This record gives sequence, structure tokens and C-alpha cells, in this order.
Amino acid sequence: MSTATMDVPEVPTGSRVNYLNAQYGVKSWLLTTDHKRIAVLYLVSITLMFFVGGFFAVLMRLHLIEPQGALVQPETYNKLFTMHGVIMVFFFLVPSIPATLGNFLVPLMIGARDLAFPKLNLLSWYIYVVGACFTLYAVISGGVDTGWTFYTPYSSSFSHTSVIPTALGVFITGFSSILTGLNFVVTIHKMRAPGLTWFRLPLFIWAIYATSIIFILGTPVIAITLFLLGLERLLHIGIFDPAIGGDPILFQHLFWFYSHPAVYIMILPGMGVMSELVTCFSRKRIFGYSFIAFSSLAIAIISFLVWGHHMFVTGQSIYAGLIFSVLSFLVAIPSAVKVFNWTATLYKGSISYDAPMLYALGFIGLFTMGGLTGLFLASLATDVHLNGTYFIVAHFHYIMVGGAVMAYLGGIHFWWPKITGRLYPDGWARFAALVIFVGFNLTFFPQFMLGYLGMPRRFAVYPAEFQVLNVMSSAGASILGIGYLIPLIYLTWSMRYGPAAGPNPWGAKGLEWTTPSPPPTENFEEIPVVTEDAYDYAHSTVTRG
Amino acid sequence: MTVHNAHPPGFAHQFEDMQQQREADSLGMWVFLLTEIMFFGGLFASYIVYRALYLPAFEIGSHQLEVRFGALNTAVLILSSLTMALAIHSAQVGKRRAQVAFLITTMILGAAFLAIKFTFEWHHDYVEHLVPGFGFVIRPEWGAAGQHVPMFFCFYFFMTGLHALHMIIGIGLLTVLTVMAHRGRFTPEYYAPLEVSGLYWHFVDIVWIFLFPLLYLIGGRYPGAGH
Repeated sequence: MSTATMDVPEVPTGSRVNYLNAQYGVKSWLLTTDHKRIAVLYLVSITLMFFVGGFFAVLMRLHLIEPQGALVQPETYNKLFTMHGVIMVFFFLVPSIPATLGNFLVPLMIGARDLAFPKLNLLSWYIYVVGACFTLYAVISGGVDTGWTFYTPYSSSFSHTSVIPTALGVFITGFSSILTGLNFVVTIHKMRAPGLTWFRLPLFIWAIYATSIIFILGTPVIAITLFLLGLERLLHIGIFDPAIGGDPILFQHLFWFYSHPAVYIMILPGMGVMSELVTCFSRKRIFGYSFIAFSSLAIAIISFLVWGHHMFVTGQSIYAGLIFSVLSFLVAIPSAVKVFNWTATLYKGSISYDAPMLYALGFIGLFTMGGLTGLFLASLATDVHLNGTYFIVAHFHYIMVGGAVMAYLGGIHFWWPKITGRLYPDGWARFAALVIFVGFNLTFFPQFMLGYLGMPRRFAVYPAEFQVLNVMSSAGASILGIGYLIPLIYLTWSMRYGPAAGPNPWGAKGLEWTTPSPPPTENFEEIPVVTEDAYDYAHSTVTRG
Repeated sequence: MTVHNAHPPGFAHQFEDMQQQREADSLGMWVFLLTEIMFFGGLFASYIVYRALYLPAFEIGSHQLEVRFGALNTAVLILSSLTMALAIHSAQVGKRRAQVAFLITTMILGAAFLAIKFTFEWHHDYVEHLVPGFGFVIRPEWGAAGQHVPMFFCFYFFMTGLHALHMIIGIGLLTVLTVMAHRGRFTPEYYAPLEVSGLYWHFVDIVWIFLFPLLYLIGGRYPGAGH
């Protein structure tokens, strides 16, 4: 990535007024209503939560080096996996791409000055922070040991840990998701630039739109469920505890009614990022635009109909199990459509292996593995064997880390020059992408084998014959941990010392690349008029920087 | 940030024109109400499951409620929706004093609803030991079904409590709107805050229309009424 010719003359970052230098001081950040600044606020907060959650994962993997457990008491181990799950799911994965890249890019990609409700946008960040504070308080006040699923009646009647503060934190943070989703839906419907019809939108926008629908429809259900859980715990009224007349299966239905669609909240935005990366670095129009667009909506809709596949062995009726199994197979179709279309886009493309593209290619492989192993779990008979083992842990980490986090990092590397106006060292970035890919596979592939051999998840000890695979997994986790620290270092470094990026360092298509980097506060000097389809690289005159 | 001097008061900089802003405001509230439907929906779903499991207990619980006050409150709320709609109409035709009058009437009706709910109903339930977690007494005459009556009351208090919370937020919104209306902020061209708050108010009203029969009218209260 050397700086060279641009369509727009290059101006040193410091001398032009942009959203970063328009105002200075802590107050100008904490009271901002600029979607770009709010995106940066989110970026900082979720990065912090990512490393807190990652810290617990490191402790867990250290502990599992020895069959009898090397580090902590079993009770503490229960708290480690719970807090890792709660923080990573609710405070990192769910907000990751929508709240950072989504906040930054939605108005830029559709040619708007801001989101429809800028103050609401800031409010949603504050709600997130308050929720995170409650959960961090729970961590400090002794932790919580219910698992991130808060299954009743253990969570409501038996656990002696900080269930209420944790659940309250998740409850509060939910409203931040709802408001973000609401803002996106209204903005995408009502504020597209002239000429930007629905089928000219970047596919990232379609993915964010589908995600927002899940935010709006799913999140309130988990909110009310956690509230009922808190009520039962505080007042000892039977809602979910069978000993006092409640129904624990009802809790699981309500919990997964949100939490399964939430899996798609985590992966759909990543799929949106993928469509942008694959086209840009293949220099090709996306293959099957409308298929990818509609598959996002299909995933959002079907995601609400498959929650029962988490409950094949927890007492729901066998007929419900059959139907949920079939529906779960259905959701694989739109996911596979996307993978095929990305692959077809690569075919005969002029591919370049920049850091974002390395993450994108990693995503295709890892997501495919995660998705296919999901079919094992959607099948009733194999699920009985694999349920509750490390196979499940490996499966969802291939989707959540191999998929969502890879896409998130790919997206951050792709739009970093736009966000900060600086370039990062390309060599280091490619190196980090490879380290993460290797570390990830070494961590989680052995877990597939462990699970298939029958090692149950969520236990602090294991039979001695599993030690080799566990040590491999722990070694992989340390490589993965280092892999995540490298970008933290060079990206932070680049904010001060990186060379100026120019408006379009990748020679990419899309409205966000037509405005300077970093963009001015009002995004565009003049609202653009769109006259071409998305990803029109065939007729592109834009060259790479 | 560009200052749009040519635009009317209430115009936000991120929009192109007043119509776009109005459409965005309105869609925003509709989407929010969708969220609210799912929020109450989780609760209604749980209610339906337990009502199916423990119908006799739910009937006993329902019979402890004061149906007269519930009916009165239904009337109060429907009336308040009418005055809310009239307040919006007054803004559309540019009558400022009528706006303020109708908004204040709506607030009074909302407050009356809460007063009836808290003093005549909730307080009465407390005195009768019908509040789960606060000295609930299972009466022997309820028989075997009695042990699940607290669950009915749990749903009763949670559902009506959540509804009451929405009423309180609504009254807060109305207070702000009344001040704005008094200052003449709304014109036939710009009354979006009034309109979207109206949507919210009607929504809260409709939730009660569902709550009233679900909680007060189950199990054939009167002899010969189809039991």
C-alpha cells in the first residue's frame, strides 16, 4: 500500500477539517451525535470488552493443560466460562460489526449526512456502557457461574453468584441493540441518496438491514425473559422453577427464541463485510447480487423458526424436534448460497492478497467448516451423541470466531484508512492474519475431535487420554492470543505514525470511498447522485493507491 | 456542520427536507412499536402457556380482581385516546389553545387510570394478601388449584405493572408536548412529535384492551354467563 495517484488530490490529514479534528476534548467526544465518532466510541468499548472476555478464555485454556486442572478450583472454572461467554456474546459479538462498522458506514454508504436519529444513536452507546458496567461489576463482585445461557432453575433458585447484576447488564445492553437496529432500519428506508435504489445498495447494507430486523424483533424477548428470571430469583415466585410450579422448558424456549437469531446477528454483518471485501480484491462485480441480498433476509426470517434445535435433548416433544431439525437444515441453504456466490466472484477475478482479503479467504474456509458441522447438530440422531460435548464448542467457535471475528477484523483492516485517514503496515497486517488463522485452527480443530470422542464441555477436569488434544488446543489459544495483540499494536501505532491514506487506497467502489479520509463531519460536501449499480468494477476508472 | 436557516423550526440537519424528516420520525415510532409488541409478546406467550396448564388457578385468581374498576379504566383509556387524537387534529388545523386543552385532558385521564389502578386495585390486593412475594396467603377455599394462584397474580402484577410503566412514560411525554404546544412549536406543517407520541399512546391503550379480558374476564364470572 504505497501512496500514489488518486482521483482526488491528496491532502495531508492534519490540514483539512474532518470529523476527528473538527473538535477536540473529552466532552466533544462524550456529547457527540456524529455517527462516525459514536462508531469510534463503540470501537474502543467493544475492544476493551473483547480483551476482558479473551482474558477469561486464556485462563480456561491454561487450566485445561492438565487433566486434573492446572490453575483454578472447579467453582472458579464455572465462572470463567460463564463470564467468557456472557462478555463475548452480549458485549462483543452482538454489537461488534453493527455498532462500529455499521454505525460508521451506513450513512456513508447510502450517501446521508448522519443516521436518522443521531441523539438516539449516542443514547444507545451510553446504554451499552451502563450495561457493560453492571456486568463488569458482577465480574468484580465474585462472578457468575450459570453459563451464558442462564438456564433455570439453577440460575433462579440455586446459584449463589451475581446472577442479577449480570442479567441486568445483559437486559440493559439489549436496549442499545434495539435502538441501533431501529436507527438503521429507518435510515436505510428513508435516507438513501437520489438514485440509490434498493438493488444498487452495497450488500453490507442489506446484511445490516437483515440484522436490524433481528435486533428489533428478537432482543425484546430476551429482555422480558431475563426480567422474569430476575423476578423469580428475587421473589421466589414460580415461573421457571418446577419445584414451585414453573416450567424450565419455557425459559429455554424464550431464551433461544432470541439467542438463536442472535447467532445470525453475529454472523450476518460479517457476511455483509465479506461481500464488500471479495468484490474489491477480486476486482469483479459480485456474482448473483440479488441472491445474496435476499439470502440475508431469508436468514433473518428462518432464524426465528429454528430455536428448538438447541433443545433436542431437553424434553421438548419429538415432533417439535423433527420440525425444528428440518427447519434448521433450511437455514443452511441461504448460507450456502452466499458461500457459492463469493467463490464464484473469485473465479477469474484479478485477486490481490492484501490483509483484508486474507481475513476474507479465512472466513470462507472457516465459516464453511462451522456451517457444515452445524448440520451434524441439526440432525436429531447425531445431536444426541454430540450435544453437550466439545464438538458444539468447536462448531460455534468456527462460526463466531472463525466467521464473525475474522470478518470483523477484515472489515476493520479494510475501512481503517477511511476511519483514521492512516495506513497501517501491510506486512505486519498480513502476518497477523496468518497467525490468527493458524492459531484459530490449532485451538478449535482438536476440540472437534475431543467432542466426537465424548469429552463434555463445561467441566474443569477430563480423563487423561484427552490431554494431548487439550494441550494442542491450549497452545493454539496462546498463538491466537498473540495474533489478536499484533493488530492492536500496529493499528494503534498507525493512528499517529501511519502514512496518510488518501480517499480511496484500495481503489474500491462505493460512496464511502468518494469522500476524503477521514470524512468531514457532514460526510459529503454535496449529497451524491448514484447512477450505477454496486461493485461496477468492470467499468471502473478508479485505480489503486 | 451546515446551518439550514431556510428550514422551519424543528428541522434536523441530517435530513434533506421536512417531509423526509416526518416520514423518518413516523417510521421510527412504528418500528419501536414493533419492538414493544415483541416485548409484551414474550409475556403474553408465557401467560398463555401457564393459563393452559393451570386454568382453574387462573380462574380463581381472576375472580379476586375488581372487574368494575378494570372496566372503568378501560373506558378512561379509550376516552384518553380520543382526546389524544383530537389534540393532533387541533395541531393539523393550527388551533393552539385546543391542542393544549386536549393534551392536558389526555394527561388527566392517564393519571386517573393510574390512580384507580394503584389505589383501588393494587392497594386493595395488598390488603387482601394477594401480592406474591409480599405476604401472599393461599386461601384454603381455593382447594388444590390454590398453589398456582400466586403465579396468576405474578403475571397480573407484572403485566399491569409494565403497562403502568408505559403509561407513566406516556404522561412524561405528554408533559413535554404540552409545554411545546403552549409555546406554539407545532404548526400544520410540523407536528411530528405530537403524531408519534400519539401512536405510542394508542399502542399503550391497545395493550390494555388485550390485558383487560385476559386478566379480568376469564372463567365466567357471572352465573349463567356460559360457565
